[in-house]
Amino acid sequence: MNNKNTPNNNQLKTLFDKDFSKFCFSFEDKNTVVFEEENLIEVMTLFHENDLLQFEILIDIIAVDYSDFGISEWNAKNANNKGYSRGITKDSSGRYTYETSKKNHNQPKKRFAAIYNLLSVTSNFRLNVKFYCNEDDTPSLSSVTSIWSSADWYEREAYDLLGIVFTGHPDLRRLLTDYGFIGHPLRKDFPLIGNVEVNYDLDKERVVYQPVTIKPRVLIPKVIRGNDKEEGPSG
Amino acid sequence: MAEIKSFTMNFGPQHPSAHGVLRLILELEGEVIVRADPHIGLLHRGTEKLAESKPYNQSIGYMDRLDYVSMMSNEHAYVLAIEKSLGIEIPERAKYIRVMFDEITRILNHLLWLGAHALDIGAMSVFLYAFREREDLMDCYEAVSGTRMHATYYRPGGVAKDLPLHMPKYEESKWKSKKEVTKLNESREGTLLDFIEDFTNRFPNCVDEYESLLTDNRIWKQRTVDIGIVTKERAFQLGFTGPMLRGSGVAWDLRKKQPYEVYKEIDFDIPIGTNGDCYDRYLVRMEEMRQSNKIIKQCIKWLNNNSGEVISNNNKITPPSRDEVKEDMESLIYHFKLFTEGYCIPEGEVYCAVEHPKGEFGVTLISDGSNKPYRLKMRAPGFPHLAALNEMVKGHMISDVVAIIGTQDIVFGEIDR
Repeated sequence: MNNKNTPNNNQLKTLFDKDFSKFCFSFEDKNTVVFEEENLIEVMTLFHENDLLQFEILIDIIAVDYSDFGISEWNAKNANNKGYSRGITKDSSGRYTYETSKKNHNQPKKRFAAIYNLLSVTSNFRLNVKFYCNEDDTPSLSSVTSIWSSADWYEREAYDLLGIVFTGHPDLRRLLTDYGFIGHPLRKDFPLIGNVEVNYDLDKERVVYQPVTIKPRVLIPKVIRGNDKEEGPSG
Repeated sequence: MAEIKSFTMNFGPQHPSAHGVLRLILELEGEVIVRADPHIGLLHRGTEKLAESKPYNQSIGYMDRLDYVSMMSNEHAYVLAIEKSLGIEIPERAKYIRVMFDEITRILNHLLWLGAHALDIGAMSVFLYAFREREDLMDCYEAVSGTRMHATYYRPGGVAKDLPLHMPKYEESKWKSKKEVTKLNESREGTLLDFIEDFTNRFPNCVDEYESLLTDNRIWKQRTVDIGIVTKERAFQLGFTGPMLRGSGVAWDLRKKQPYEVYKEIDFDIPIGTNGDCYDRYLVRMEEMRQSNKIIKQCIKWLNNNSGEVISNNNKITPPSRDEVKEDMESLIYHFKLFTEGYCIPEGEVYCAVEHPKGEFGVTLISDGSNKPYRLKMRAPGFPHLAALNEMVKGHMISDVVAIIGTQDIVFGEIDR
């Protein structure tokens, strides 16, 4: 039941060759195209106002922290005699305490990225447009609120949870976390158990913050196994 | 003339018509709203962060708790994303069961929306009517999964169990006499499918009942007609999907446009509105309930005539049967591996969306090849809808805020995640 306006591969190719040839871009997979951070506004305006393929709706903005990408907690390739604890003692994502959080994460080439999930209603077509943030310490991207109004809250969410600053956003406040919250919870170096917990203080007669009293633990370590069919489930 | 000063008012987070924990900061000029600033996050549980620390199958239950009035639809998007990235096909019967329960879920959701929306703007009785029918549908949930709400029924590879051949029955008690119990159990004598079929025969009359209470009701119309108008262009800009977008006159429905499961084979229509006001969105959702009823009927017919597997027998993804585990060494290993470590998903990004009762519910799954999602992002339909609240209530009276929150069908489980 595909819409007859849905672009075929040739039309898509023409679109990218014609209108986007002046930008530097690459396809990460069939539906994801990566552009340079500097061209964000120009590229997105073109996607919104293009004749051949107009993306009316910004469905979602997915911000990602790549600092733990491809790092497993359990070496599945070579067995050793260290036993089960090798999988559960290491400090890794989801298990950081506040003290260990900063020093341990590895540095990928570019740590943060934002994926803009665009939908064209007239052509019944989806496209993911991805931008990597050039700066790792102070990641920032231009705001697309002037192109799609719905970007407002998506950008606030991405700022809140991953700390990507959207320059040009009219009102970049935290959205989901508590008033006065410190840190960006979806960053991989943010501990799963958090840094603070709340408690009702009988003397002060109000809710107070205190450092977390629980210990981080992982029941099932993260394992990376190739999808090699030869490797049996017992591997 | 007296001078009217603008002032700021706090609405919620415990206001009964805030649909949960919405805190609104309203700037008012007299009774007219100048600006509304929703403060959300009071129900933030960090679902996305939690999912990153668990194997894929252990997060299905979290999905139920996102939009807690349309549980199975949330699960659906999540398991679809897993199936897409693994590249597995599910049995035909599972597809029909999923479609049937998606539509049952849609009716469940719309009934709650209708009851709450009507209650908010002054019609008490609709709530009671709507909950009467919801009770029957919850029983369907219970029959297949054992729970009335948080089902965890959809699994990667199919659904957890085949439809049961017996319905749970009412029992005689201090409060229910034998005569009453016999009457209540009349439709529960057969299989689950018989029970649902009986429901689908009754339900169109129920919708007529609700409509006779509301559609031509003068008060209802005064509270909803021309309230919260959103044009087609603005609806696109604001990222609307589902009934909110269709109410503004855009025939966009993923079940038709990007069909998943067996929606291609099923005959149904998409209702759309013309003015994009609260009344149109009301009419759209009422018609959607009738269409869902029609879809359920078609699924029942198919399911009655076709039997077969309901979950894929790829034991790397789905557990082997209890008997196999006891007899067969390999099955035992599969079972152990699945429940201790889970399965690994090839590196890559997938996006899967379903036509959730509230709009487009999408799941973006980024995998680095491990047994846990590297990043899981839920696209909740209510999120952009609530973001548009400021624009929709601007210039309206304070009492219309309640009507607009109602028409948006806000549920905080999915917005705050």
